[in-house]
Amino acid sequence: MNGVGIVSYGAYVPHFRITPDDIGKVWGVDGKAMGKGLMISSKSVPAPDEDTITISVEAARNMMKRCDINPKDIGALYVGSESHPYAVKPTGTIVAEAIEAAPDLTVADLEFACKAGTAALQTCMGLVGAGMVKYAVAVGADTSQGAPGDALEYSASAGGAAFLIGKEKVIATIDNTYSYTTDTPDFWRREGKLFPRHGGRFTGEPAYFKHVVSGGMGLFEKTGTEPKDYEYAVFHQPNGKFPTRVARQLGFAEDQMRTGLLVPTIGNTYSGAVPLGLAAILDEAKPGDRIFAVAYGSGAGSDAFDIRVTDEMARFGRDLAPTMTEIMANPKYLDYATYAKYKGKIVKGRD
Amino acid sequence: MATAPRFWRENPSRYNLVGFKCNNCGNHYFPPRIICPLCRRKSVGKIEPVRLKGTGTIFSFTEVHEGMDEQNMQRPYIVAMVELDEGARITGQVIDCDARDLSIGTEVRATLRKLSEEGSSGVIHYGYKFIPLCNGPAASENE
Repeated sequence: MNGVGIVSYGAYVPHFRITPDDIGKVWGVDGKAMGKGLMISSKSVPAPDEDTITISVEAARNMMKRCDINPKDIGALYVGSESHPYAVKPTGTIVAEAIEAAPDLTVADLEFACKAGTAALQTCMGLVGAGMVKYAVAVGADTSQGAPGDALEYSASAGGAAFLIGKEKVIATIDNTYSYTTDTPDFWRREGKLFPRHGGRFTGEPAYFKHVVSGGMGLFEKTGTEPKDYEYAVFHQPNGKFPTRVARQLGFAEDQMRTGLLVPTIGNTYSGAVPLGLAAILDEAKPGDRIFAVAYGSGAGSDAFDIRVTDEMARFGRDLAPTMTEIMANPKYLDYATYAKYKGKIVKGRD
Repeated sequence: MATAPRFWRENPSRYNLVGFKCNNCGNHYFPPRIICPLCRRKSVGKIEPVRLKGTGTIFSFTEVHEGMDEQNMQRPYIVAMVELDEGARITGQVIDCDARDLSIGTEVRATLRKLSEEGSSGVIHYGYKFIPLCNGPAASENE
């Protein structure tokens, strides 16, 4: 699309983890079996002083570290999340100040369940492609919520990634994008409510699978490509089994999606899921490699992307910020009581 | 409430460690001041705002068991004097580690975290804290 693509990227995942086994013990559930079914061995947990803003800032700073562009050349910044700390007051203003991109830019927060980060990516592609801004930043980050004892508690985690979109020194062009959107109430959180609700099995076939497959097929049709044209594939990953199954349905082999599948060790990072998977792929992709990415957001919709790594990747400062492997290394495991305290699930006597 | 604008005025320092360099003696300081504490009137007109890199070593530290209400969720928490690479000394919380992980000279990097909240409906204040480099990737210092 007019040479528009990723100029730099950065990621961040909190230091703490909890295992499904430890969660299950509290609720009288076989957590190990639950984890096996979900293909999740641990999930990331934000520290009490972390939220979507701090995660976005860390990811965006890692992104800036890998390139030498002047932050004042950034003309737009969007943060996609379903856990913005404020209902009214943008996450993006703090991120923009923290990377010294303010004040000459436009900023907004986006929300579309788990695909707000890729919606931000598309918005940035449009602005850069139209020549309205030189560079734009898209962040997808979340500290997702799962009600105590709910099935979501075994997967809902935290993390995020940031992408600098531009037309110069592009390490990966975004050659095409396709979205598929319907009104499907599979998962929601009402204003003022702490935890989301979901339709159980309804989140599967009519929601995740229908939209991810339709998004993927739509992109194949638009680009005239097929699975064998791509070295890597990454899908929204609410658990391990959904993306594994949808990859098979679309015709991808396991080795194409292995790099981008992070959910087994960090859980479902919601708006951060596909952005983090894409970051893991960019950590190792070579010039000429092609990446197929489909994000999914409940409510519901999918954003599919056809991305091609350029020769610029060989000159890119990939090592100037931590890779996903380094970010996910050496976590600290929490027991359920500490996890509940960190996540604000314990009602305190005073506020 | 008066604290929101008071914190807001200090955001450049809290978010991005903007301190200053005295071009009379060459020393770096944090937080920003109008004159150099060493050179005093000789530094007038020679004060230059500088963004500090955020990497340094622990000069001294302590573990706080009875501290501020805001930090109760992380109690016991660690507070350290950090000597930044530029020479300025700065006090801040050290996070994502236990006291036994730290010693004088431990390398740390700055990161942005929540400092406090004015209750559940008030403003959230963000600012620098420090993470030991041995805890994770060394390359993501404040930039």
